[in-house]
Amino acid sequence: MTLSRRLLIFGGLALAVWGMGYGIWYAVFIEHQTLDGLGSALATGFMRAAENRMAESQTALSDAASRSFVYVRQVDAHGHWIGLGLLLLILGIAFDRVGFGERVRTYLAIALLAGAVTFPLGVLLETWNRGRGPQAVAIIGSALVILGLSGTALGFARSNSD
Amino acid sequence: MSIHEGAIGSGAAMAQSAERFAPRSARRIFVISGIGLILCGMILGDIFAAFILHPSANRIGENLLAATRAVASHDPQAAGAAFQSIGGLLENRGTKVDAHSHMIGFGYVALLVALLQPYVAFSESIKKFLAKLFLLGAILLPVGVFLIHYVGMAGSPFAAIGWASVFGDFGGFLVWVVCLCELAALAKYFHAQSAVRVSDELLNNRSWAARTLLSGGTLLVLIGFLHGSYYAGAHLFRYEARDSELLSAMTTQAAAGDSAGAVQAVADYGQLQGAKAVNVAAHAHVIEFGVLAILLAFFQPYVFLSEKWRRIWAVILLIGSLALPVFVLLELRWGLLAGGLADGGGLLVIIALFGMLVGIWRYTGKLDSSAGVA
Repeated sequence: MTLSRRLLIFGGLALAVWGMGYGIWYAVFIEHQTLDGLGSALATGFMRAAENRMAESQTALSDAASRSFVYVRQVDAHGHWIGLGLLLLILGIAFDRVGFGERVRTYLAIALLAGAVTFPLGVLLETWNRGRGPQAVAIIGSALVILGLSGTALGFARSNSD
Repeated sequence: MSIHEGAIGSGAAMAQSAERFAPRSARRIFVISGIGLILCGMILGDIFAAFILHPSANRIGENLLAATRAVASHDPQAAGAAFQSIGGLLENRGTKVDAHSHMIGFGYVALLVALLQPYVAFSESIKKFLAKLFLLGAILLPVGVFLIHYVGMAGSPFAAIGWASVFGDFGGFLVWVVCLCELAALAKYFHAQSAVRVSDELLNNRSWAARTLLSGGTLLVLIGFLHGSYYAGAHLFRYEARDSELLSAMTTQAAAGDSAGAVQAVADYGQLQGAKAVNVAAHAHVIEFGVLAILLAFFQPYVFLSEKWRRIWAVILLIGSLALPVFVLLELRWGLLAGGLADGGGLLVIIALFGMLVGIWRYTGKLDSSAGVA
């Protein structure tokens, strides 16, 4: 098996297993509490407004927005790790059909794997730090995936029929 | 290699291919159930979109309006009740989305496991047993999840989990066990010192339909990724800020007696949720269809139809795969017309999948079906 295929197949498998493990941990210990808290904060925001306690209402709605921000990114990271892992695995099976030399295929595989790891990681880091750093990690990760996919699509198109 | 040796090799490969894809073989069970699950999941998704998604969105809007009216009339109990009702509607919608996506997801896993069958170091009888167990689990989970909203806690001995959820979780457990067994058998195959390395004709196929599906599928995934990046960069943070602003506006304007302002905020909130939903749906669907096209590229040698029909189904699948997400995105501008065209795209994918399924069903072991078949 070529290095590029090994990188994609075993890297994709590891990433999918990691994403599923993170998802199970998240579903058991975090998700229900987050959703309960989100729903409760929204209801509290409206109930306090109905009682004309506007400052408390606004605090509750800000809390809901913050919880929603975190929830969306946690679920996105989980979904993207698994999805990209499976995509890498499937591409790895067919990677010998990419019409480039093994060196270029290895670079493409590295870009895909590095992007698939760092893009969801950057998204997840945004829940701890809302500065530019995590966003930059996510952007670099997604750029690597886009670069790898573009090269792979071109390679498939270039491959000759036997 | 001489022509004679090549012909013998080719004949042996055909015989091996026919044996691997014999009626009721593990690979055939995985392939047919995989495509069947994807078809059922897509049809469920269409029914869900038409009969549940839009009415549910309207009812959520009505409940938000009720909540703002409760704020205006200083009735906190009514505001709480409106949010309780929204929670129920979201649960109904969430379980339907879960059933739809898990059915399709399990279909993809089934196709992937089918592809790996020659490398699974089990006897054919164990492989078949695992394939049937997978199918049972892959049906139990989405059906169980679908029924959660209707069964509720009826007759359940548990405090927080109903029977539908128990059966759904058991289905998920079965799928997980099968995947674990398949992985263990794969590891056994690759670690075997004296194993005879097998070759698989599915990985060597270079037909036009296979290459088109492979390139087209990768392009679809790329388009989905580009769109997702654009959405995250240009809209996600703005939409989140706007979401918070509108919720705040609903409460402050209702409390101040500005009912028109509060109603407008609810309407704007609905529009915003629609914009988020179409972007996420377009992004997810184009990538899923891309992965489906790549997976189907591998199985083209088993599509027992003439080359012309293989090409037709491949092209129709790719057209539908692009049309659905594009028209979903246009729903905000074109309304029902775009919705109808998106459904048409989904229908094209369903028809193409069904066409390929019929071809795979007809497969008898003859690899090159370019002559002599319809």
